[in-house]
Amino acid sequence: MGKVLMKGNEAVAEAAVLGGCRYFFGYPITPQNEIPEYLAKRLPEVGGTFLQAESEISAINMVFGAAGSGARVMTSSSGPGISLKQEGISYIAGAELPCVIVNMVRGGPGLGNIGPAQSDYFQATKGGGHGDYRLIVLGPASVQELVDLTIEAFEMADRYRNPVMILGDGILGQMMEPVEFKVKEIMSGPEKPWATTGAKGRTRNLITSLYIVPEDLEEHCRKLKEKYDGIAAVEKRHESYFAEDAEIVLAAYGTTARICKAVVDQAREEGIRAGLIRPVSLWPFPDEPYFKAADYADAFLAVEMSNGQMVEDVRLSVNGKKPVHFLGRTGGIVPTKAEIYADVKKIAAGGVR
Amino acid sequence: MAVKKVFTKPASMTDKTMHFCPGCTHGIIQRLVAEVIDELGIREDTIAVGPVGCAVFCYDYWDVDFQQASHGRAPAVATGVKRVHPDKVVFSLQGDGDIAAIGTTEIVHAAARGEQISCLFVNNSIYGMTGGQMAPTTIVGQKTTTTPDGRDSSRAGYPVKLTEMLAVLDGVTYSARVSVHSPANVVKAKKVIKKAFEIQMKGEGFAIVEILSTCPTNWGLSPVDSIKWLEDNVLPYFPIGEFKTPGEVSS
Amino acid sequence: MAKGRAIICEHRCKGCGLCITACPQGLIEISNKLNASGFHPAVVSELEKCKGCALCALMCPDVAIEVEREEK
Ligand SMILES: Cc1ncc(C[n+]2csc(CCOP(=O)(O)OP(=O)(O)O)c2C)c(N)n1
Ligand code: SF4
Ligand code: SF4
Ligand code: SF4
Ligand SMILES: [Mg+2]
Repeated sequence: MGKVLMKGNEAVAEAAVLGGCRYFFGYPITPQNEIPEYLAKRLPEVGGTFLQAESEISAINMVFGAAGSGARVMTSSSGPGISLKQEGISYIAGAELPCVIVNMVRGGPGLGNIGPAQSDYFQATKGGGHGDYRLIVLGPASVQELVDLTIEAFEMADRYRNPVMILGDGILGQMMEPVEFKVKEIMSGPEKPWATTGAKGRTRNLITSLYIVPEDLEEHCRKLKEKYDGIAAVEKRHESYFAEDAEIVLAAYGTTARICKAVVDQAREEGIRAGLIRPVSLWPFPDEPYFKAADYADAFLAVEMSNGQMVEDVRLSVNGKKPVHFLGRTGGIVPTKAEIYADVKKIAAGGVR
Repeated sequence: MAVKKVFTKPASMTDKTMHFCPGCTHGIIQRLVAEVIDELGIREDTIAVGPVGCAVFCYDYWDVDFQQASHGRAPAVATGVKRVHPDKVVFSLQGDGDIAAIGTTEIVHAAARGEQISCLFVNNSIYGMTGGQMAPTTIVGQKTTTTPDGRDSSRAGYPVKLTEMLAVLDGVTYSARVSVHSPANVVKAKKVIKKAFEIQMKGEGFAIVEILSTCPTNWGLSPVDSIKWLEDNVLPYFPIGEFKTPGEVSS
Repeated sequence: MAKGRAIICEHRCKGCGLCITACPQGLIEISNKLNASGFHPAVVSELEKCKGCALCALMCPDVAIEVEREEK
């Protein structure tokens, strides 16, 4: 199969099927409805189950049950729905169940609007639910990357017995681009001897996040930390775009990173050495490339569709070595190439915002 | 003359002593479920889903594969389990607050979908685990820590009759309320629980079984007086019986 | 008349008394001693009168009672 033209949301759905996802539980919300709609047709074709749940709370708890039963399972939603899933995500992380959660982020807070946004970054990468847990969060910037990262998300989820979130946005979900499905055969997960399958000829399995004895819970949290540290050691990913000799380093992920690439191109044409470091994994955050760039770059500019969330991770990475500026648009408004470039020029001229 | 054991701990039950307060009939219900699992020979084919509430440690007492759900969500978790393992017996056990307050949505829709699961819940008309607050099933006039003068229906409304409510749904095959306040009722309760499991095993659909139970600690009564209080106050409001039965099924 | 034997496991018993009201023969009482968990366990006072009906065991929330019956 060569390249096919596909909408982001449908591409995620097809990628999930190829990645071995057999179960999908979700609740309608714009701008991700094409994911459940596609899977409602597609999953039965591969012997899977699509179930429209009565709420996002129910959907994520169905994911809990299916994941605990050993299946590859996914749910998708956007802002308000992802908020409702947070309790379930905490339980899933606590019980160390693998699953994939897609958030096609829309404008918030509250009902906000259905425009694209990146304002769920804190929720995705810093917690969202209660307790000491981590989600692996991936931030694709093209339909192709949506496909590749979704398939990989299932592998990572099983590898680490951890929930993985695909953090997209309304634009990525709706965007049509040619994609290639490199996976030729539908994948299947590893053996899961810990799953609840009926205790036939073995001691029974228990899926729980409850550790009533303080020492036991501390031990559990210590193990989780060890796991998260291990993930952070090997799963940080980024793309560097002309950042190796840049005097101004832009920082952006997802849709905003696409625009920033065009800004870098224009800046280079006009003699400003700009570059982009695009985090692909949002947790773990690729701190090193920023830290290293701080040795030669003069300044950083984080661009987001939010009031400034990822910029905090950029600042932590740069660790005070160089100024980190911020440009954000909210409300479903996408920052334009022109306004970003205007900021780049100001910074290049030594102007401080 | 041969000596025969006529009553002993069911094999599906572990040796752990249960954590329930003395005389709390939660323990009887735990045992009945294990007896049913034994009688149906399904210990190795069962996946149980537990609640948040006083029954939270039931995985310590049942020797079956088990998932611990969050507060109120057991029917959704059980749905996920059953969809992956349609050939296994999947059941949930919840409290009255778990199922009829915070988890109302999940139970109503699992029932409406006609999930092939058996949902049991323990109605002790109170939030036991959190120290005796008003439950959705608290009887009008009943004193709890959040209705210190007794539940006043003009402000706190009326108890939820979930089992009757579910009976009207087309997705529900079996709906029944039992109690464990006397030996005869214990025997009956077990039959009904068994019937709910058998309905699932025959692929006949969704079953809900409500089990009236005591909470001596938070009712502020002795275990024996609690039984009497249940008879005098809970039974009149929550009548025992089958509200919906599958014509074909006979136990 | 059937002859039985109700055996109360001292360490499982929480002394709740539900078996006492359940026994139609009125054979069970709470003992004065304390078990390891600090409860006064129930005892069958006149075991020779036990019919092995198991009503006590049916009501025991802690599965502390085993019942045997002699069968012809
Ligand atoms: C989301 C959430 N809210 C509140 C609680 C606290 N909580 C634990 S158990 C419980 C009530 C349990 O009552 P019920 O379901 O009637 O069970 P019982 O203890 O009476 O058997 C509550 C409110 C919780 N664990 N999670
Ligand atoms: S608090 Fe009430 S329901 Fe909970 S174990 Fe004690 S007596 Fe039973
Ligand atoms: S078996 Fe029957 S007669 Fe014997 S102690 Fe128990 S209730 Fe009483
Ligand atoms: S019912 Fe069980 S726990 Fe209660 S007193 Fe009798 S033997 Fe002990
Ligand atoms: Mg209760």
